[in-house]
Amino acid sequence: MKARTLFDKLWDAHQVKAETDSTPGVLYIDLHLVHEVTSPQAFDELRSRGLKVRRPDRTLATLDHSTPTLPPDAAGKRPYFTKEAEAQVAKLEANVREFGIDLMGWDSPHRGVVHVAGPEVGATHPGMTIVCGDSHTATHGAFGSLAFGIGTTEVGHVLATQCLLQRKPKSFAIHVDGQLQQGVTAKDLILHIIGKIGIGGGTGYVLEYTGEAIRAMSMEERMTVCNMSIEAGARAGLVAPDDTTFAWLKGRERAPQGAAWDEAVTRWRALTTDEGATYDREVRIDASAIQPSVTYGTHPGMVMAIHASVPAAADALEQRALDYMKVTAGKPIAGEAVDVVFIGSCTNGRLSDLRAAAEILRGRRVAEGVRMLVVPGSEQVRRDAESEGLHHVFLEAGAEWRQPGCSMCIAMNGDMAQPGQLVVATSNRNFEGRQGKGARTVLASPLVAAASAVAGRVTDPREYMNQEAAA
Amino acid sequence: MSTTTRPLTYVHSRTAVLRDENIDTDRIIPARFLTTTERTGLGKHCFEDWRYAADGSDNPAFALNQPAARGCSILVAGHNFGCGSSREHAPWALLDYGIQAVISSEIADIFRGNSLKNGLLAIVLSTAEHRWLLDNPGVELRIDIASGTIRLPDGGNIHFDLEPFARHCLLNGVDQMGFLLQQDDAIGAYEQRMEKAA
Repeated sequence: MKARTLFDKLWDAHQVKAETDSTPGVLYIDLHLVHEVTSPQAFDELRSRGLKVRRPDRTLATLDHSTPTLPPDAAGKRPYFTKEAEAQVAKLEANVREFGIDLMGWDSPHRGVVHVAGPEVGATHPGMTIVCGDSHTATHGAFGSLAFGIGTTEVGHVLATQCLLQRKPKSFAIHVDGQLQQGVTAKDLILHIIGKIGIGGGTGYVLEYTGEAIRAMSMEERMTVCNMSIEAGARAGLVAPDDTTFAWLKGRERAPQGAAWDEAVTRWRALTTDEGATYDREVRIDASAIQPSVTYGTHPGMVMAIHASVPAAADALEQRALDYMKVTAGKPIAGEAVDVVFIGSCTNGRLSDLRAAAEILRGRRVAEGVRMLVVPGSEQVRRDAESEGLHHVFLEAGAEWRQPGCSMCIAMNGDMAQPGQLVVATSNRNFEGRQGKGARTVLASPLVAAASAVAGRVTDPREYMNQEAAA
Repeated sequence: MSTTTRPLTYVHSRTAVLRDENIDTDRIIPARFLTTTERTGLGKHCFEDWRYAADGSDNPAFALNQPAARGCSILVAGHNFGCGSSREHAPWALLDYGIQAVISSEIADIFRGNSLKNGLLAIVLSTAEHRWLLDNPGVELRIDIASGTIRLPDGGNIHFDLEPFARHCLLNGVDQMGFLLQQDDAIGAYEQRMEKAA
């Protein structure tokens, strides 16, 4: 049999019907994640056609994008940003009741950002196809599942038929050799990769991350890497499952149990790229050469090491991005005054991210005039963080400790920056206006974000980490 | 197959040009307008933060606000148009604004798929052809979907590729849900096979 990549195996195993010259293939979807923003029009479509949800048991919903991160008042009223946001959440609550879908809603101990909560409850398994009306669905590829974002029309297709019409993308291997240095995180690695292959470098491809540095990563770190595959244009990013994956997943509520678990692990061990299989494209990255990294422009491909100088603009369009960011070519970003720090999102809103930020903040204060929001990725992350006392660290430092949600990553729930403010954010997009009209976003790791909060300026976290080592 | 969208055979218009590269879907439709539960009415917010000045008046520096760009239904945009979020609100907003075709040298995967499913033609051209269109705003083009050609004012033609099924759906006003629903037997057989294997 022909040697196959992990991606080939996932693709082949889900072909209901192979593609032909005139029609795309019919791809079966094992898990469909749903949230309030990209689903209402799809449910309307089902209703207007008199259709049911084909597999409610393969569909799981949560509330995350439009939801407030401040608690309800004494009367139980939640502080929605707008009545439309509240109506959108109510609409999903009504739709899941009508169509018989599980919802990790307000009363659930599992509610959270869809790409944090889904894996956490064990819904994400190696070998699955997973879709959601959300481009960061790529996150779930960390488990060796083929996971990608879809539009609302396709949300309707999957609700009704559990399938999508797809032509096979090309494959692209990112080999990451060596080890990351101390103070350099999975976030720095993926920012570096996006900078290297470019914001459109992955368009038309599914990425597979391989190599020593990836193998050494925890599941949370792998999720951070896969999450931002879309920022290089790739709909999906994959890591082959291994013992790290199985150990993380075992015992979770929606993971296989008992004998079914052992059988599943046996199947999952075959989910690797065969010796001799070829990719359409490959790059090699040296992990040991990567520094803490930050973005300096208005897309995630405009990224550099924290002590580097902003590169000269290649043309008038790039100059416009530098002007928007109020940065100057030839000068570093390190040292720029910070207005807001945001820690959270499906990229970096997990327990390990909060622990990393807390390590820097413990015994220190957020600088005068800096607003810092810490938003756990899920109720589970919130509980775990609180049981370790991390919320005390954040609150004592002067940060705000919020309830789970997408919050300032997409800034549609009222958590947003003011025009002109500089935000150091652990989220995934620094597009113009992404975090509020006129807001300037610097993407960074939780370590860089926390260090920048303390210094009030964009700061290399190793300055604080080295102090600790010396003490 | 059911027919729910208007068949689209050609688009005939002058071009409006946005030279910026990497125009992301947040710029096309900012996230704060995503709380809608409808597909319609987003045109007035299309390119909102770019298009309007702080006082709500039209920003004269925005290319689509130029008199010559008004009413154009073909948008020529810089490399890698539609990157970022999967929000289908982006093609909904462009269509409601009056755009029927987007041309670039690269169009992001999810945006391109979403566009074609909504009758918004998404065309990727070679760098040289794209460059010429960027440098010549306002030219009148006739895009013929069946033959995959763009007719230029001088009578010349540019060929473009279109995924055959997307072409079929555009030309016939066919939506893909109908096609998928017809696969019910094959889907059921697949599910049985998988349940036995597990």
